[in-house]
Amino acid sequence: MLKIRIIPTLLHKDVGLVKGVRFASDRRVGSALQAIKVYNRRGVDELAFFDITASVDGRSPDLALIDELADECFMPLTVGGGVRSLGDVQALLGVGADKVALNSAIIENETLISDAAMKHGVQCVVAVIDVKREGEGWRVFSHCGQRATGLDPVEWAQRCEKLGAGEIILQSIDQDGTMEGYDLEITRRVCEAVSVPVIASGGAGNYEHVAQACIEGKASAAAAASIYTFTEMTPREAKQHLREKGLPVRL
Amino acid sequence: MKRVAIIDYQLCNLDSIARAVEACGGQSVKTNAPADLETADLLILPGVGHFGAAMDNLEALGLVDAIRGQAEAGKPLMGICLGMQMLAQRSAEADGRMGLGLIPGEVVRLKEHAGERVPHMGWNAVDPVGEEPLLNGVAPGADFYFVHSYHFVPENAAHVAATTPYCGRFNAIVRDGAVMGTQFHPEKSQTVGFALLRNFLGIEPKALAA
Repeated sequence: MLKIRIIPTLLHKDVGLVKGVRFASDRRVGSALQAIKVYNRRGVDELAFFDITASVDGRSPDLALIDELADECFMPLTVGGGVRSLGDVQALLGVGADKVALNSAIIENETLISDAAMKHGVQCVVAVIDVKREGEGWRVFSHCGQRATGLDPVEWAQRCEKLGAGEIILQSIDQDGTMEGYDLEITRRVCEAVSVPVIASGGAGNYEHVAQACIEGKASAAAAASIYTFTEMTPREAKQHLREKGLPVRL
Repeated sequence: MKRVAIIDYQLCNLDSIARAVEACGGQSVKTNAPADLETADLLILPGVGHFGAAMDNLEALGLVDAIRGQAEAGKPLMGICLGMQMLAQRSAEADGRMGLGLIPGEVVRLKEHAGERVPHMGWNAVDPVGEEPLLNGVAPGADFYFVHSYHFVPENAAHVAATTPYCGRFNAIVRDGAVMGTQFHPEKSQTVGFALLRNFLGIEPKALAA
């Protein structure tokens, strides 16, 4: 049986890792290389690394940095932040990313998804969708939450899948860093609307939140940063909790 | 120390495979020179990407005949993920395009059952069919890391060495003598993946000549 994946997220800004609340007020939390070495030892399922200010600053991915990190990373690695062209996708895969996350760029140029999927296969193309509640519904935001796109997340997720995204990371801006739980409602709606795996992200504060992202939210995987960065809680214990709830995990 | 040629057809990063091979006690050389394939003890055909683009590159680099020649001479060859699929005769991912044809069979898309998602992405069980040397010392049903939408269906059921319970059960390891392939990524599968690579490093050409 396919296991639920528990994915620590590493957020990179300038020279190190950070973690904020609702995409703002970042705190410095150490270096990515150190974090990767720790997660290697713990046999983590998968890692996600995002350079969160690259798109805002108009920067390209830092290939030298990713190369160094990927060389140390003996687990699957998704890399995002500042990916604007097919050349960027190719360069990231070239230095060792297993999957490339696309976010702001595909809002403006959705053919980047299909071009990347045709050249490198759908399995390495991940669409990241940042969502915020607005009135009765949700809307998609880009550029680290700074730009409203007007897109409906469910429709946008379906569009991304149709174009060739092999996976979707759904991040709730409202819940990010609050440790109050995932936005289960939008997670479930997106999961039910697409047939590719969906990774829930944003809001995990305890193991039960993680379990609910997979049970109520129907996510294939749960990503989180604060819980693994600021508390004693670990991905392994999260999986033990999931197992107790009857969910399939790798321990 | 075994010398492992990791075949570089310029579509994906080979550093993690090379580092994993070295961590398991092998000497790795990333190469697209046919002469290197000849001098190596073992060959790894890695692969991430699209079947058509990958075969284009293998052909453009003049590697198709070189790989076939070595495999037919009995040198152990392991395909990984797309590299395993390229051992087949043809793939539905590229309109039935020809592969290396080293193991008879074809590559088809995974057909999801209720509640399953494609791509098949993440950790899943690998169940051996009979004695599989690559899985020596690995517990039956151990989880390996997969990321793929297509799978290899050999014509001859005897070439199926392990299966995985997803999409009705697909083939996780195929083998015909010294030509073998894993649909999962041993280099990303941590402890069990490294155990499999050590088993591969220990394979002698003669031991498998049927």
